[in-house]
Amino acid sequence: MFPPLPNPSTKPVPPKFGEQDLIRRSASSVTPPAARQTEVAKLIDTSKCIGCKACQVACLEWNDMREEVGVNVGVYDNPHDLTPASWTLMRFSEWVNPETNNLEWLIRKDGCMHCEDPGCLKACPAPGAIVQYSNGIVDFVHENCIGCGYCVKGCPFNIPRISKVDSKAYKCSLCSDRVAVGLGPACQKACPTQAIVFGTKDDMKKWAEGRITDLKSRGFKNAGLYDPPGVSGTHVMYVLHHADQPEIYAGLPKDPRISPIVELWKGLTKYAGLTAIGAFAAIGFLHHLVKGANRVSREDEQQAKRLAGDRTA
Amino acid sequence: MTTTPYDVEAGDAVHPGDPVVVDRYTAGARVNHWITAISLVLLALSGLALFHPRLFFLTVLFGGGQATRAIHPWIGVVLFFSFFGLFIRFWRANLWEHTDNVWLARLNDVLGAREERLPEIGKYNAGQKVVFWSMSLLILVLIVSGVLIWDQYFSEYTDLEQKRIAVLVHSLAAITVICVWIVHVYAAIWVRGTIGAMTRGRVTGGWAWRHHRRWLRELVSGKGDRNTGATPTA
Repeated sequence: MFPPLPNPSTKPVPPKFGEQDLIRRSASSVTPPAARQTEVAKLIDTSKCIGCKACQVACLEWNDMREEVGVNVGVYDNPHDLTPASWTLMRFSEWVNPETNNLEWLIRKDGCMHCEDPGCLKACPAPGAIVQYSNGIVDFVHENCIGCGYCVKGCPFNIPRISKVDSKAYKCSLCSDRVAVGLGPACQKACPTQAIVFGTKDDMKKWAEGRITDLKSRGFKNAGLYDPPGVSGTHVMYVLHHADQPEIYAGLPKDPRISPIVELWKGLTKYAGLTAIGAFAAIGFLHHLVKGANRVSREDEQQAKRLAGDRTA
Repeated sequence: MTTTPYDVEAGDAVHPGDPVVVDRYTAGARVNHWITAISLVLLALSGLALFHPRLFFLTVLFGGGQATRAIHPWIGVVLFFSFFGLFIRFWRANLWEHTDNVWLARLNDVLGAREERLPEIGKYNAGQKVVFWSMSLLILVLIVSGVLIWDQYFSEYTDLEQKRIAVLVHSLAAITVICVWIVHVYAAIWVRGTIGAMTRGRVTGGWAWRHHRRWLRELVSGKGDRNTGATPTA
């Protein structure tokens, strides 16, 4: 058993991290703090998940949100997708293992992966609407959000959702408010099987190693840790029994990275675009400076008079 | 004159006098143009605000980030329909012809204001036609890609990859439109006497002689002079 996080003191304590610990801030440049905080991570062990959805309930409760009563369409996923209120979602996949011919019920708790290289933040045009703390948490600051949906396009995991009510983007905060006072995320606290554990990223990797060794000893020879390097690693990681094919877990991307289209849009296009606009304006200015105005001469007016006069004569 | 007066537009007319006055744009065309122009400027400002962080401050002009995000697509709808009106008015006179290739080949003389070396031009020169057709094409690209990323109403109809492509295409087309717009505005400023065509609807005969001589000849000869009822003499 993973040693549970101790309950915190009931006395007020100052937050463990804040503005001074930002390493990235959307549409702004920040001076990163001299020292990074210890990186935290949530480890989700799909092999231990029983699909009880306690994590979903805990998330709604802690963040004081309500989900509309849905409709059953014959799958266990409820709601059917992430929503502005449901920041985490159990996704159920039935998969027949071709080697054993066993039906495997794969359950993955979906939600923000808290990428080290966050596509949402890089796509965001609103200063300070998305921030990344030095402990790895990527958080949305709703008062700065303009609801453009660029984060949705930037995200390699299709996580943020825009509210139809207030037109702001929502996603898992990794319970930054709880982590700030030494607690683990609400979902982790609620998980009855320790399929969700929380701690420093190093500790989580070590804990995952033990789990992977255990799974391998039980015949899951491809068991492994999902900490995708394409986004420089994540602060939510999975232990997968079939880490060689993450796609079977309700489409978990095999090699996620910020889309090259988004990189092009937010990179070259941004700079080349403004340069082109500036160049056109400058060329116009210089042309006028050198050539002066193109004026109609008296001769032109005389010619016109002659032409128009011919007609009326 | 053997050229067909395809490029004489409704309301174009010559009034002899000192100076000769030539009607170039009807009141309807002018109002149509300025609705389009104002929309385009507002779209450029609000679009640039969401395009580069350094320009985000422009959102104050529209009442903040949320308001800018919400209003930009609606201005786009206004621009689309307004430009469509201009397209209907102007497309025929903007059809490409051989003279336009000659004019473009002598772009050096155009920029050097050596009009005497240029062929006689109808209502629009090749530069104006390039502006017209670029705007037509780009505005079509912008409205289509814009609707695809208008997530408030249309997010369900596209997948993420399509939205990513649409947002890239939208920004590239927008940059190009702004560059074309700079050319358009600069040409109107540089060639003195032009702006009056879109404010009062008139230019002087000398202006028409210098820059659009064939159009002036056509008007004088009465070809296509649909509104004044003048009798053709040639």
